[in-house]
Amino acid sequence: MKKLIIIAAAIGLISSGCKPSPKNNNRITIAGSTTVLPIAQLAAEVFMDSHRDITISIRGGGSGVGIAQLLSGNIDIADASREIKPEELQIARQKGKNIIGTTIALDGIAVVVNKQNPLSEIDVNTLKNIYTGKINNWKMVGGLDRPVVVISRDIASGTFEVFKSKVLQGEKTTQTSLMLVSNKEIAGTVAQTPGAIGYIGIGFLTDEIKALKIDSIMPSTETVKNGTYKLARSLYMYTNSEPKQATKTFIDFVLSAQGQKIVQEAGYVPLY
Amino acid sequence: MTKERLFNYLVLFAALCSVIFLLGIIISIFVQGYPIFKEVGVLKFLFGKAWYPTQDPPEFGILSLIIGSLIVTIGALIIAIPLGIGSAIYLSEIAKSNTREILKPFIELLAGIPSVIYGLFGIVFIAPLTMRLFHLSTGLNAFTAAIILGVMVMPIISSLTEDAISSVPKDLREASYALGANKWETISKVVLPAAKSGVIASIILGLGRAIGETMVVLMVAGGAAIIPKSIFQPVRPMTSAIAAEMGESITGSQHFHALFGIAIALFILTLLFNLITESVRRKIKRYS
Repeated sequence: MKKLIIIAAAIGLISSGCKPSPKNNNRITIAGSTTVLPIAQLAAEVFMDSHRDITISIRGGGSGVGIAQLLSGNIDIADASREIKPEELQIARQKGKNIIGTTIALDGIAVVVNKQNPLSEIDVNTLKNIYTGKINNWKMVGGLDRPVVVISRDIASGTFEVFKSKVLQGEKTTQTSLMLVSNKEIAGTVAQTPGAIGYIGIGFLTDEIKALKIDSIMPSTETVKNGTYKLARSLYMYTNSEPKQATKTFIDFVLSAQGQKIVQEAGYVPLY
Repeated sequence: MTKERLFNYLVLFAALCSVIFLLGIIISIFVQGYPIFKEVGVLKFLFGKAWYPTQDPPEFGILSLIIGSLIVTIGALIIAIPLGIGSAIYLSEIAKSNTREILKPFIELLAGIPSVIYGLFGIVFIAPLTMRLFHLSTGLNAFTAAIILGVMVMPIISSLTEDAISSVPKDLREASYALGANKWETISKVVLPAAKSGVIASIILGLGRAIGETMVVLMVAGGAAIIPKSIFQPVRPMTSAIAAEMGESITGSQHFHALFGIAIALFILTLLFNLITESVRRKIKRYS
């Protein structure tokens, strides 16, 4: 019997220890977008070095998971690579929460092709026709006679969301397009596949693939920052009401010059 | 006495745990998935050809995902069954004990490799190879996924088949030799039929592993939600759709429920396979 009590006590201890406790002022829990994850991770490491009294724990999961967790009160900050959706705001209202978003970084989405592809620029309309399947051979846009291998980010990713609104404008991607789960995988596949076209965050550009100019503008930190490059987006950290205490200190840190340097190191475009 | 009682309760609790977990899983996926069947309709959901969950208006037809799963699984089994059973026969009937001692750990190691490593191997090695070999526009397709899944499933089939073969009584083999049968005849006509139910169980277990495998198909199957015209086209198996989309879907949205709907379909599909095996095994037992 004694043993049983000990076991019960142990289970009780473990389960109470596991419970996320966002109320604790010196503990920040963050979850959400995998795009924002590298920024949050790097920033948290540097931040905790100078703020020994604050611990930050970070998980990925995706923008949707992050926001859902924020709405259910499990976490303090939800990272998101897209704006919060009306449906999510409605849930927030029902729960009496006031979700506030802070833009913490910018990101450009570069359209990339294989290095063997002679094409060096493209306009949004042609891009749309390629992704909707109306153009399916590179010779139709003045390239070699080679079928186009359309590569898209997964339909649920924030990157796809941006591409959908800025390029597809409500139309559907061709059903034959490959759907890959990460920027790195797209970069790798484009590098290996002569007929491929894909899109990735500009932080993931490498020498092995070629970024195309969009409407004559090359994707770069500068063109994203000054707004001339069209395929750009903001990255957010969402909090429940205005950030307070430790959470505020952390978000302020990400927005500071030092934080924005981290943004750049992580491969994204700083706000200023 | 009390100690014994306590022990009984503890193991009873352990046994009940699996029942509780199973029921918990079933209830939670059915509760979350039910709305999509109500809103879209069971037939339209299962046999609809277009999967555009984030489009406006969205389309939730998972036929292409189901076919993707089946193609990749069948392809994997075509590779894994002959290799698995073949290696099991070699190991248990033909190999000398020292060859066996060397080979067996390799097969066991193969079974222990995490699936993400198989996936990486597929991306950097198998996919470019199939692309070049068959002059395809992309190597991320059902064929590549089937090969890798086949290699993953092979050790499962191999080791379980080997167990089944080695549990065939020695008398049977000796009787067969006594009747003048040679080694090949003994293996194919006596040993394998005697081990049939174990062999079939191993195949079904392998099938379960293949159809449920997520990481590999997510990485190498290409992810296009189409009904492929050939095995060299990309596919989007059910597991990879769930894994790729769950993270970014809005909790409680139609898309979210649809992903649970896929989980229900997958669950019922595997349950169906298990029931079929069980009935096949029973029949075999009855006739042998």
